[in-house]
Amino acid sequence: MAASASPPDTDLSASRFYNDPAKRSLIYQAGVLLMVALLAYYLISNTLANVERQSIATGFGFLEKEASFEIGESLVPYSAADTYARALWVGVLNTLKVSFIGIVLTVLLGTLVGIARLSTNWLVSRMAAVYIEVLQDIPVLLQLFFWYAFFYEMLPSPRQALNPIAGIFLSNRGLMMAVPASHPAWDFMGWALLAAVGLVWLLRRWARKRQARTGQGFPVFWSGVGLLLGLPLLVWLLWGAPTEMDVPHLAGFNFKGGIGISPEFAALLLGLVLYTAAFVAEIVRAGIQSVSKGQTEAAKSLGLRPGLVLNLVVLPQALRVIIPPLTSQMLNLTKNSSLAVAIGYPDFVSVANTTINQTGQAIEGVAMIMIVYLCFSLLTSAFMNWYNKKIALVER
Amino acid sequence: MLLRKLIALLVCALVLGLTGTLWAGTLDDVRAKGFVQVGVNGDLFGFGKPDAKGVWKGLDVDTGRAIATAIFGDPSKVKFIPLTAVTRFTALQSGEIDVLCRNATRTLGRETALGLNFAQPNYYDGQGFLIPKSLGVKSAKELDGAAVCVLPGTTTELNVADYFRSNGLKMKPVVIENTAELAKAFFAGRCDCLTSDASQLAGTRAVAPNPDDYIILPEIISKEPLAPAVRHGDDQWYDVVNMTVLALINAEELGITSQNVDEMLKSKDPKVQRFLGVSPGNGKALGLDEKFAYNIIKQVGNYGEIFERNVGKNTPLGIERGLNALWTDGGLMYSPPFK
Repeated sequence: MAASASPPDTDLSASRFYNDPAKRSLIYQAGVLLMVALLAYYLISNTLANVERQSIATGFGFLEKEASFEIGESLVPYSAADTYARALWVGVLNTLKVSFIGIVLTVLLGTLVGIARLSTNWLVSRMAAVYIEVLQDIPVLLQLFFWYAFFYEMLPSPRQALNPIAGIFLSNRGLMMAVPASHPAWDFMGWALLAAVGLVWLLRRWARKRQARTGQGFPVFWSGVGLLLGLPLLVWLLWGAPTEMDVPHLAGFNFKGGIGISPEFAALLLGLVLYTAAFVAEIVRAGIQSVSKGQTEAAKSLGLRPGLVLNLVVLPQALRVIIPPLTSQMLNLTKNSSLAVAIGYPDFVSVANTTINQTGQAIEGVAMIMIVYLCFSLLTSAFMNWYNKKIALVER
Repeated sequence: MLLRKLIALLVCALVLGLTGTLWAGTLDDVRAKGFVQVGVNGDLFGFGKPDAKGVWKGLDVDTGRAIATAIFGDPSKVKFIPLTAVTRFTALQSGEIDVLCRNATRTLGRETALGLNFAQPNYYDGQGFLIPKSLGVKSAKELDGAAVCVLPGTTTELNVADYFRSNGLKMKPVVIENTAELAKAFFAGRCDCLTSDASQLAGTRAVAPNPDDYIILPEIISKEPLAPAVRHGDDQWYDVVNMTVLALINAEELGITSQNVDEMLKSKDPKVQRFLGVSPGNGKALGLDEKFAYNIIKQVGNYGEIFERNVGKNTPLGIERGLNALWTDGGLMYSPPFK
């Protein structure tokens, strides 16, 4: 009895499992996991019970039902007779469209402004600074309202549409442009362009290898431009050089024919790009400034031309700093595109909101919204992480 | 904004999950709180909108006040919560409001899939088109290819798609959630026409920069019985809301107004005596004060008074009684006996 009441200290810590830090932390983790699982179970079962008690419909069966509402613009054919699933798909594509074009333009504009901010020209760098400070500080929703109101208040009605260049009409219904009338040549030119892109890629690989082997350079840039322009042009000529255009014309209330950019899309794109580019500009500036001046001077003293200094020395180091915050700005742009609801662009949230309201299935609808944005964000992150790894400095 | 909305909806979903069991009796909950939470439009002149002094005005607002008066004998024991067309039903389902008086159309889908019960309509409406005179359009059938401004999440959005489809016409919807923003876009010429319930069109036209530049087309393309809504599964609360609206109509049928209600207390007519609680019974049956109908009429007025005050001929909306006249005058307003 005496022995068991007072065992030696060393035995105590070894014999009691809760005194082992590794086991203890396992127990804590299991406990927390169990609590989270219980909470989730409680919330889900309680929600289901309440939904059932109020006899609110559940499940995703509504996706197969007829949507019976129209959508203003769509990349795929859609009518009110299509299903909710199709309507939501239209919304997904519209969100992708504005996000993708927005991201490309934002990176271009942001880089330009960021470099301008570092310019030694006083006026240029001041103008870039003003742009960044002003647009960063105004909430993006207000900017969207401003641009949307600007488009529909300032531009004339379709019957008095501005016609600055033949084939282009500008009115409060948007920008209508003439496009080449449909002809098989255009499809084949698309394929030719794709083939040219592939060829340029192969050419670049070959040129690099050759330079590594022999030290001889190859004008990849200019030969690439030649391929990209020349191949489609050749196809166009082979098809007899069709020139017929599909010109928009006023019929009834609106323009028919051609392609158009709606004021909603234009306002959303412009607002998002101008706002996000201000942040990107600061990121680009920070990235370039993070490369010490000594690097540039060393590269110059090796006899590299300024273009090569930027390409081979400064950018590879700056991009390491630029890419991670740039990724988060891209995600911001995608997520902010849901502000479309406020100015009537039919993005995914807008279509999903209507679906929720018509079917009453808020939980399913919100779940879908969250999943779609999560997928967009994860895909963007995955791509940018891959790119980040690819350009990371390889230490030899 | 997305985030805010998601959080709001998520919280609604959670609240739906957590507090469901607390709604056993909405009437008891309301009594315990000391006020009724009424979901209203917030931006619709004549139905639910605060005036320049911040005082809520409108037909739906007065319906909400009548419900508060039926329970508390005091029309100020009410809290109005402005809701958009998209958020209104979620707010009701999740218990954020006790009753929805927000020009909502009673439909089969909303009664079933949304889990709602609609009371007696307080306004019979129909969907029409508002259009600038300068377009020279005389009929909705001429609207092929038009850009149409419409609120999302409404029966209107479906009706207009149905109408254009059944008539073989094409349309381009411009869908903006905020009523005021939508009207601004329409007045600026972003759309060729604005479609909504005719009463709303009258309200929108009244706030136009120049109302005379706009006309409402003759076609009425739908039936829109606008009614207060409550959640499924609370019959007592449903009775209170339903009977409050019917009391407004019954008072008009009996010729009782806020002006003469005190004299009517002395009436020898047993129908009037039962209605005003002089001979008791109705109040107890509903779980309310015996004087509930008297209080409503005395402090809020009967249906006719509410109608004329908010949307009638002498208001900027200038709407005729039409379908909303008493059945004895050729309308649809009809109350079952109060006994």
